[in-house]
Amino acid sequence: MPWNPESDVVAVDRGPEPGGLGGAYRVFGETLRGLKTSFGRVVEGTRTVEYPEEKVPVYPRWRGRHKLHKFEDTGLEKCVGCSLCAAACPADCIRVVAAENTPMDRVSGGERYAAVYEINMSRCIFCGYCEIACPFDAITMGSDFELADYNRSDLIFTKEMLLAEPPVRTPLRAEGE
Amino acid sequence: MTQLTEATTVLSAINAYEPWYVQIIKTLIIFVIGFSLVPLALLYERKLLGRFQNRPGPNRVGIYGSLQPMADIGKLLFKEQFKPRGAIGWLFVLSPLIAMVSALATFMLVPFSGAPQDILGTDVGLYGLDSDIGLLLFFALSAIGAYGVLLGGWSSASKYSFLGAMRAAAQLISYEASQALALLGVVMTAGSLSLSEIVDQQGDQGIWFLVPQIVGAFIFFVATLAEINRTPFDLLEADSELVAGFMTEYGGGRFALYYVAEYVHLIMAGAMFSTLFLGGWHIPFWQDAPGFLDPFVVLAKTVVMVSIIIWIRATLPRVRYDQLMSFGWKILLPLATLNALVTAIVLVAF
Repeated sequence: MPWNPESDVVAVDRGPEPGGLGGAYRVFGETLRGLKTSFGRVVEGTRTVEYPEEKVPVYPRWRGRHKLHKFEDTGLEKCVGCSLCAAACPADCIRVVAAENTPMDRVSGGERYAAVYEINMSRCIFCGYCEIACPFDAITMGSDFELADYNRSDLIFTKEMLLAEPPVRTPLRAEGE
Repeated sequence: MTQLTEATTVLSAINAYEPWYVQIIKTLIIFVIGFSLVPLALLYERKLLGRFQNRPGPNRVGIYGSLQPMADIGKLLFKEQFKPRGAIGWLFVLSPLIAMVSALATFMLVPFSGAPQDILGTDVGLYGLDSDIGLLLFFALSAIGAYGVLLGGWSSASKYSFLGAMRAAAQLISYEASQALALLGVVMTAGSLSLSEIVDQQGDQGIWFLVPQIVGAFIFFVATLAEINRTPFDLLEADSELVAGFMTEYGGGRFALYYVAEYVHLIMAGAMFSTLFLGGWHIPFWQDAPGFLDPFVVLAKTVVMVSIIIWIRATLPRVRYDQLMSFGWKILLPLATLNALVTAIVLVAF
């Protein structure tokens, strides 16, 4: 295909040359236009969300603090201690120690249960792979994202903390909102 | 009003008809008001600037952020008084003081009322000093204020401060010329350098000087923006290139002094503009307004002018240094000269 220089020519819109009386006039006009623009912002009013009091609701697929779940009817834990979440975790922040259920002491619905289930929140990257890896939907990502603490050891969340219903801190966006 | 005798007419130029204690109390009140307007202006600027950017501005400390300036000043006062090695000690300490004192001293020149007001049986003029050469004094004091900037930048042994001070020297001097020339028209029209006389003339002639002196008002306003170091002419402290210009090395209380000076200048710019061009204490279409309204009218006009200056800050980017210089010398100064010339011709011819 022969090279056609016509199609390569880009027309550049150049502003008028600066300086002179025309320049001064243009500067004055543009200044007034700018003043009008910034005054429009005052009329518009504020658009801020005043964060600690007022929160932007998170979406349903938001990946926040993890939750461990129990069966609603029997109250048994869903987690069977398979450690697939720990295997899937790219940040290596989940520690699971499994133990056998006994007839006297049933903790989970399966054969085994998680005796120790810890998530180190200072390591977690909130990728959600644990949720995908879990065959029993025992772990899901919640909506809470305010996890700051004064001490690193306080950021290791134990099974009791993850099983407990977290205090409602983050509003969840309703369907279609 | 007191009957003035022939001798006191001369002395009345410096309020000699007032008892000495009135003058002292008046001075203190003006100082206190001038000083306490600074936190208000600081808060007002931050709130308004926020509104111009779709945000509410400071609203955490106190009701609607009303204590924010107190928090700022308190923080600054408790900081370490740092002085860089190599700084010229006494100049480094002195120059913020020069800046603040000369800024606050200009506050005494603003006339807040025409006729002396009867306060508890004593006639008190609502101004610090109604000098015959009030306008000249204003220029003299703002020129002294420039020394605070120059010496502060020079004595702090830092290249940023030094660059800021050099810019200050060039900018302040070149804009002072057009600022003064722009006011020549006002002085000729009013026939006086006394600020209260200028305001009186605006009442007597029945027109604010903004109308006949619109060019002068424009030049004065632009030159004042450069003079008080506001955007788009805030090249002295151009944060993006010079860190903080002449006050780079200042911190704590000394920085607070510069800050106070800056905001007093801002208020003074508004007050001077409303005195010279917006008819001071005169309310349009209401000639015989009660005297106690006068100070509030002046303050209201000042607030309007300060708002416009903040509006400009929210809008315009900083000009380049050569643009600043060529604008000052090539446009403002000839325009101011022409304005003075035309005013003189019109006054003599008609």
